Amino acid sequence: MCGIAGLFLKDEKHGKALGSMLAEMLAVLSDRGPDSAGFAVYGKPLAGRVKLTLRAAEESYDFEALAGRLAAQLPGEIDLLTRATHAVVTVPEAARPQAEAWLRQAAPEVSLFASGRAMEVYKEVGLPGAVSARFDLPAMTGSHAVGHTRMATESAVTTAGAHPFSTGPDQCLVHNGSLSNHCALRRSLAREGFTVETDNDSEVAAAYLTWQMGRGLNLGAALKAALQDLDGFYTFVVGTERGFGVLRDPIACKPAVLAETDDYVAFGSEYRALAGLPGIEAARVWEPEPATVYFWERA
Amino acid sequence: MSLVDLATTPLRELNAALHQLPPDTNNTQWTIRNPRGQHAIAVGIDAPIAVEIEGHVGYYCAGMNQQASVTIRGNAGVGLAENMMSGEVRVTGDASQAAGATAQGGTLVIGGNASARCGISLKGADIIVQGNVGHMSAFMAQAGNLVVLGDAGEALGDSLYEACLYVRGEVASLGADCIEKAMTEAHRAKLAALLAKAGMNGAVDPGAFRRYGSARRLYHFKVDNVSAY
Repeated sequence: MCGIAGLFLKDEKHGKALGSMLAEMLAVLSDRGPDSAGFAVYGKPLAGRVKLTLRAAEESYDFEALAGRLAAQLPGEIDLLTRATHAVVTVPEAARPQAEAWLRQAAPEVSLFASGRAMEVYKEVGLPGAVSARFDLPAMTGSHAVGHTRMATESAVTTAGAHPFSTGPDQCLVHNGSLSNHCALRRSLAREGFTVETDNDSEVAAAYLTWQMGRGLNLGAALKAALQDLDGFYTFVVGTERGFGVLRDPIACKPAVLAETDDYVAFGSEYRALAGLPGIEAARVWEPEPATVYFWERA
Repeated sequence: MSLVDLATTPLRELNAALHQLPPDTNNTQWTIRNPRGQHAIAVGIDAPIAVEIEGHVGYYCAGMNQQASVTIRGNAGVGLAENMMSGEVRVTGDASQAAGATAQGGTLVIGGNASARCGISLKGADIIVQGNVGHMSAFMAQAGNLVVLGDAGEALGDSLYEACLYVRGEVASLGADCIEKAMTEAHRAKLAALLAKAGMNGAVDPGAFRRYGSARRLYHFKVDNVSAY
């Protein structure tokens, strides 16, 4: 069992409340996933700059020093935002390959696990309410967000095994369920040049979608392809720079509720998670159909 | 009349109060506000009372119901009215998976759609769905009736015993051992009574439905299969 929460705002009305709305949803889903929690928050896409989300083992890690060493390697300005065990380093887009290569080589003690023009990702072991508070999720703003509360089944309770998984720029995936063909798929993706970093089945699904989108499919089409190639139980919620998608397996093994108003689309594993959202009383609330792609994209 | 606001009253307190009602209670009208999708609301009632729930409910609402008439003004989560024994449960919106599972008696009326496995292992209750039902509805249903005004998903009535299924719309596919059967005058009369019970007296034409039931090939032992055991 796991819990999923997702929000896609259609306009700027609730942008400042995005983090607090998601934090409340995750707290409600605590009893579906008390092991660990995580979330991806999408802000306004930066022009010409990229955010790299880094994670250290300890809160005492000196990200300032690391950022100083990185800055010395790169042309242009870099910015640093530290939140508990995580840091978001913003670098010029042109310097991104260089920054990533340097971080991997010179700072193996930190994990560079997400990047993008709009997305920041945070995840940790612990109760969802505590994880949200630790990273100050309620204060975060943006256009859409995806969150997860984990009750581990297929791999260990570690920060690396927590969701969301990000395997491509501004792409993230959260998963409730378990995949049965993730080993075979992992080998196929390896042949395509994709390294899946953890032994988690959900990361394989994320990498699969990244691979499909890399071949030119949009998120909706990539999710449709997943119906053919993924075997097992899944409810996925996926974010991209401008998109938000939902997919359930053909027998709809894992729960899902969608709500839509003029202002937002919201996803919850259970309606309870949506009950505190503004205007929910008047929202269209429905259970997404099995094997049906739901997909929203900002123009 | 009792008004219970679940924003301030713990759910266990509400359910305990409902369980303590004597059979001849005068406290027969209950209104529940702010259900906020909580699970197991109004479960296990055994008294002739009317309960109105104003909003969406979570899992297993009105499960094991006896005698009571429970109305949900909103949607219901998984397992609505599961194992109902008698009485009536109505939801104005949609019901999630396994609505009316194993229900032995009473009537379940779903105003919107029901998701997968509606009426799974049904044991005698009547379920009337005004919208569609999802895949594997009436799976292994043993007795009772499932009436669907909309469409039915894949594998309707798989491994069916003696429950009767009536569908007005399209059936995506029939499950193992489920077949279409002739709709006789007697069946039309029975269906009209079921529709009337759901409050659709005369509004829906029983002649527009098709009837499905068990071919009875699966649950009789065949001596040819003895070596399989």
